Amino acid sequence: MNLKDAHRIRDTVNSGEVTAKDWAEAALKRIDAVDSKLGVFLTVEPETVLKRADIVDRTLKERGLPLAGVPIAIKDNICTRHLRTTCGSKILQEYIPPYNATAIDRLEKAGAVVIGKVNCDEFAMGSSTENSAFKVTRNPYDPECVPGGSSGGSAVAVAAAMTPLALGSETGGSVRQPASFCSVLGLKPTYGRVSRYGLVAFASSLDCIAPVANNPRDIALLLSVIAGRDDHDATSAPFQVPDYVSELQKPLGKMKLGVPREFFGEGLDPEVKSIVEAGIGNAESLGCELQEVSLPHTKYAIADYYIIAPAEASSNLARYDGVKYGYRSPDYEDLIDMYKKSRSQGFGPEVKRRIMLGTYALSSGYYDAYYGRAMKVRTLIKRDYDRAFEKVDALLGPVSPTPAFKIGEKISDPLAMYLSDIYTVTANLAGIPSLSLPCGFTRGGLPVGLQILANQFQEGMLLRLAEYYTQAFPLSGPALKF
Amino acid sequence: MAISRSEVLKIAELAKLQFSEEELDAFIEQFQQMLDYVEQLKQVDVEAIEPTSHVSLSEEFDKHIFREDEVKPSLQAEESLANAPDPGSGHFRVPKVI
Repeated sequence: MNLKDAHRIRDTVNSGEVTAKDWAEAALKRIDAVDSKLGVFLTVEPETVLKRADIVDRTLKERGLPLAGVPIAIKDNICTRHLRTTCGSKILQEYIPPYNATAIDRLEKAGAVVIGKVNCDEFAMGSSTENSAFKVTRNPYDPECVPGGSSGGSAVAVAAAMTPLALGSETGGSVRQPASFCSVLGLKPTYGRVSRYGLVAFASSLDCIAPVANNPRDIALLLSVIAGRDDHDATSAPFQVPDYVSELQKPLGKMKLGVPREFFGEGLDPEVKSIVEAGIGNAESLGCELQEVSLPHTKYAIADYYIIAPAEASSNLARYDGVKYGYRSPDYEDLIDMYKKSRSQGFGPEVKRRIMLGTYALSSGYYDAYYGRAMKVRTLIKRDYDRAFEKVDALLGPVSPTPAFKIGEKISDPLAMYLSDIYTVTANLAGIPSLSLPCGFTRGGLPVGLQILANQFQEGMLLRLAEYYTQAFPLSGPALKF
Repeated sequence: MAISRSEVLKIAELAKLQFSEEELDAFIEQFQQMLDYVEQLKQVDVEAIEPTSHVSLSEEFDKHIFREDEVKPSLQAEESLANAPDPGSGHFRVPKVI
């Protein structure tokens, strides 16, 4: 029972060779065997999982479903009806959503089986999953290292073959960076491509639900299921969803690829650099044409992001007041004191830091100097990409300046942690799709990803390039330690 | 720009957060570090640049964002109250305000 490839699992279920229940049992068994060492799952309800798999088996009959019986792990900031959803936060420790995110509804309609909820940085704020209020998640290639974050649980679930698919979320690189650290694929779709209804809001002008898988075909399959307009999310795009799987099979043609020079400057680890350059060489040998391009405002991206994201977070997280749902402090003097104590005891340090920074950036007298200016710099970052995509079809570069770092290494230095997002945040600010594709391993055996970026709504082309690349250059890395 | 302790306390008040004296010391230092870092945005010439708030907004969007004003099923009161820390007779209960 190999839990690596979702499309193979789906075929065995649709043909009746293996049942959805068998696959669900295999996933639960694998979690039992390895998760005490990796720390991925926050909530698993085996009985509900098996019941759900049974429903898929009974209703399947002759009609095939795109994700029939495929086990999937869900980041714990995506609402699942009647299944605890904590956001990695003490403030939502007991929260049981009364509704499904639209992406979850679509997965279930496609025959997928939600296995459980996985760990993440609190409210998706972090780059290592260390900010979870509940546990540490470990990198399956080196348990002393972080898996990346904030979707660390999603990346490790797929990397360690507990589930072939996972959903994560992206605000500034939260799926691509852990995908790079754990040698799986993570796609940040175009802003608006996938409905965010039921994704707990962090920074609404940036947030996306993002798929994780072991191969481009499975990313295409998953994206085809979850993408599309949703009346519950006014920002979801009203454009038709292509069949991304058939997009993979089209001829690659002579693609023009750009290499942004700003992605190879100071701060990039030399070993990561040489692995990524080898990957770019591989892409060229597929018949693509390479040219250097410039994204001159990249150097302002982290500063820009760390105004915009905290400002929006400070507003979104105002809803946690101990009244409608979530943690309420047991001791307080009056209503205002109840708000303060509930929030101060319920939120962890990183979340408080960002709420404070965001409140400051939006406060009277500072709005124009910070948030107003940041939204204008964002326009310039977007224009850099618009210009690049006039010349090239896609851009290639590193995902993160370093491979996975040690647990504890950056946790007391927030700015150093933020800087590890330098190559990923611009895609979120510009709203474009971007993929982390496994590309190689360091001498120490840590994975390194290649980032592929394309213009808005060009996921089909982006995944096609990844598919041709993966077929031509299959990657074999060190054996997992689990 | 240097941020003072009293300014940080004012922001905490706005954000409805409390910090112990010890937390506050570490926090002011990190806060200052972040403010120094984002200061570089002031070097960018943003004269005549429009802000971007919705990054994939096109005219196509406008044609689709309106829908008929129809009544559709929504959450029942009981389900809406199920996660409340202190629900009472169909309401969210809060400490006395007046």
